[in-house]
Amino acid sequence: MNRVILAALLSHWWRNPLQLFTLLAGLALGTALWSGVQAINAEARASYDAAAGALGEGNLAQITALPGGVIAQQTYVALRRAGWNVSPVIEGKLGAVRLIGIEPLTAPRGTGPGPLPDGADLGAFLSGNGQVFARAETLARLPDTGAEPVVTPEIAPNTAITDIGLAQRLLNRPDQIDRLLVLPDQPLTRRPLAEVAPDLVETAPQGGSDVARLTDSFHLNLTAFGLLSFAVGLFIVHGAIGLAFEQRRTMVRTLRALGAPLRRLIGLMALELAALALVAGLLGVALGYLVAAALLPDVAATLRGLYGAEVSGQLALRPVWWLSGLAMALAGTAVAGGGALWALVRMPLLASAQPRAWAMARHQRGQALLALALLCVAAALALWGQGLRAGFAMLGALLIGGALALPPLLAGLLRRAEARAQAPLAQWFWADTRQQLPGLALALMALLLAMAANVGVSTMVSSFRLTFTGFLDQRLASELYVSATDPAQARAIVAVAEGQAQAVLPIVLVERTVAGLPAEVFGARDHATYRENWRFLQAIPDVWDALARAEGVLINEQLSRRAGLGLDDTVEIAPGLALPVLGIYGDYGNPVGQVIVTEALFQRAFPQVTPLRFGLRLDPAQVGAMQAALRDRAGVPDTAMIDQAAIKALSLAVFERTFTVTAALNVLTLAVAGFALLMSLLTLAAMRLPQLAPVWALGVSRRRLAALDLARAVVLAALTGVLALPLGLALAWALLAVVNVEAFGWRLPMYLFPGDYLRLGGLALLAAALAALWPAWQLSRMPPARLLGVFRHER
Amino acid sequence: MLLSLREVTKTYPGAETAVLRGVSLALEAGGMLALTGESGSGKSTLLHLIGGLDTADSGSVAIDGTDLTPLDDPGRARLRRGTVGVIFQQFNLIPSLTVAANIAFQARLAGRHDAAHAQALAQRLGLAGHLDKYPEQLSGGQQQRVAIARTLAPRPRLVLADEPTGNLDEATADTVFALLCELVAETGAGLILVTHSERLAARMRRRMHLSAGQLT
Repeated sequence: MNRVILAALLSHWWRNPLQLFTLLAGLALGTALWSGVQAINAEARASYDAAAGALGEGNLAQITALPGGVIAQQTYVALRRAGWNVSPVIEGKLGAVRLIGIEPLTAPRGTGPGPLPDGADLGAFLSGNGQVFARAETLARLPDTGAEPVVTPEIAPNTAITDIGLAQRLLNRPDQIDRLLVLPDQPLTRRPLAEVAPDLVETAPQGGSDVARLTDSFHLNLTAFGLLSFAVGLFIVHGAIGLAFEQRRTMVRTLRALGAPLRRLIGLMALELAALALVAGLLGVALGYLVAAALLPDVAATLRGLYGAEVSGQLALRPVWWLSGLAMALAGTAVAGGGALWALVRMPLLASAQPRAWAMARHQRGQALLALALLCVAAALALWGQGLRAGFAMLGALLIGGALALPPLLAGLLRRAEARAQAPLAQWFWADTRQQLPGLALALMALLLAMAANVGVSTMVSSFRLTFTGFLDQRLASELYVSATDPAQARAIVAVAEGQAQAVLPIVLVERTVAGLPAEVFGARDHATYRENWRFLQAIPDVWDALARAEGVLINEQLSRRAGLGLDDTVEIAPGLALPVLGIYGDYGNPVGQVIVTEALFQRAFPQVTPLRFGLRLDPAQVGAMQAALRDRAGVPDTAMIDQAAIKALSLAVFERTFTVTAALNVLTLAVAGFALLMSLLTLAAMRLPQLAPVWALGVSRRRLAALDLARAVVLAALTGVLALPLGLALAWALLAVVNVEAFGWRLPMYLFPGDYLRLGGLALLAAALAALWPAWQLSRMPPARLLGVFRHER
Repeated sequence: MLLSLREVTKTYPGAETAVLRGVSLALEAGGMLALTGESGSGKSTLLHLIGGLDTADSGSVAIDGTDLTPLDDPGRARLRRGTVGVIFQQFNLIPSLTVAANIAFQARLAGRHDAAHAQALAQRLGLAGHLDKYPEQLSGGQQQRVAIARTLAPRPRLVLADEPTGNLDEATADTVFALLCELVAETGAGLILVTHSERLAARMRRRMHLSAGQLT
């Protein structure tokens, strides 16, 4: 019996391939965008984990030198002799590759390349020319080291690991160590660190990778975008399932009348849906892989640029994301089809089996009330919500509430238009448009969400760009930035520059815990460069004069928000040195807190720190000559000198890569919504013959009817676009003022971009017109016999 | 006795008066009964109760000695699959299945599919040239003939026809009616035919009139 019933159920799809295509494509597209984003996130997180594992980051305490200093090999030996169970690490750039040198005999388990792979042994690693472990693509980029390359896929991207002796030689840093990993088991009898190496400090384990924490918000944003795309896809699926089930009501009644038990029928229909969901899910995961593969290089560049996080540009098939893609497809289908199945369960056997106009108005009043309630929830969360989750809950309530409010709002607008129309055809046009509204509602809601997401995300990103470029102009005022490798070279740089530059501004900082949070403390020279360029969010009058008198500190917005610090609150920057906050400045893109004090105060608080980086103010035309002088007289390599234009170009390039990702997701989401509209129009085209035939019979040509159908789609898309604008701007505000502040710790000003919105509106109208073109063309060429068939009882 | 109804009553929720009031009826195997009555007199309701599509408020309905009253939904579904065949005024064919698949459908559902029998029915009903078509490609008379073939294919004990010619013109109605009676007589099944047509009712061996929920 199961086979017979299933064959009858499946025959519906066979006879309605368009519906089947809509269902599969909607689910596959939604799943593709979701799993694509998940693939990117999984790849990035795997890269962070690999990096953290290789370096012992997060889980082990570390011993480092004070800023500006290094650990001598002899100090390491002295520590080992004093009982310290430590392992040395050196790190540097070899070409474009990050080279890490470890000592395999003392390195803790789980760090480095792990157990030496087949074909390699400890002897080979330590002796002769040694061995270098890295991914294949990293090894290809590595300059010739003379060591044997060993392909090790588990190592983080763009990272190579070798013996510390070889690393010191390759990096040209003999007898130097960057840090010492402190192993968990330490003898109680060891001598105190301050006694053996007073110039070294020990930092406690941080319990996780810094990079993973920093990038969490970025991935959360990507996940939210993926979820939104999936929701747009679900609208399509919901529409397709709803229509298919409505059309099969007659069949279900007949099947039951012929003796098919209800429970078995529902079970088989659920099974049928699950099978379709599985097929669509697999298609979606495959498409998602392609989406991720296309976007990953840009995402990797963004993460590298914004956070310095190395992420592989190549994608691996990880079970975590393709299984989650399939699970989402199944869960989404259950959500979209659950209501339809439940309606069939409750359908009395003798109920009218005529398809209840799939397109009929359903609970419009209830929907309007639900929309209002959700919008109120969003407003309440915006006013009183706390934390990132509340921020995303607010976004969800705002978007779903806005989408649910669309059909009642459109119905109201169309009712008004109908009341004002004079000509009979115009009256019919508006009335017919209103009658079609429920059938198109899901597609229009998908279009609304896609457009609102476009407006919201592009407003946020463009506001970010505008603010950030202005911010770069303020902050990167020096024409040339130079880095020294040691204090001697720093002195040489100052000697060369002081003769030719208008000003030499040392960039000196120390990492400290301020107000219980990790932060950087900078020492700034009192100079017009800062006074003329920096803009404050809040400041006392004559803030620069007060700072110059060492009466207080400046802090960035991140530290102010996270630590709840305002003007005049006191900040302790060093033991016994607490000063009031004089000003709070915007510091976009920086993940950590920052404190600025005067140069003199800095030197007093941290006398052991010498400046190794400098900003040089000079005539832009003199930049080339200054670079040549520094190269020739202070031995500064080109790689240690960056001119202002290059930094700005680099920063903007990072942003362009970010925009590529968001623009691609925007276009994909809009395309999915356009597809939803096309499918709805095609489906409705077949169902509305009974409405069109009488108008045709009364003397309106098929071509005219087709033109009116085209106009109807464009009018509905235009009205949806008008309503999407305030929703999108509300979304942008929520992203900038709530989510961004919670995620990154700083708030961006919101700018409006009317030109962009007009272009988006034009795109939406074009998408709607394209979607309506095919059904309209079919109508214009429909044989009169089909229209006449409506008037015959027998068809 | 093939069918036995005793004191059956039925009132729809919200209705002030009962649609059926103490209806009793008996039909022997091979018996043919025409049921007439005005619109709303309860003819279709009576047919639905006999076919296990609905349940009576009181009284009993028994087919082949099996009382339908205590049967649950799966039990009634089993009855509809194997014992009773219903022909609807609206044909109720499955639009996505071909004519051949529609004819075989109920028999396969009941586990009694006999390809030769189905083929013979199609031949007798003039459907042999339409087996690969879909219902929407057939005329109303042809669709009703497919519905008759589908109902008779599993060889039911009792055939219930709810105004099977109501949507057809007079000539087609006569042809369909004649074929139905002939084929049912050949299978030895009982037939209850609900009709508005006095002309068709007069051609049945036995006729009853339903008025205000009571048989006369």
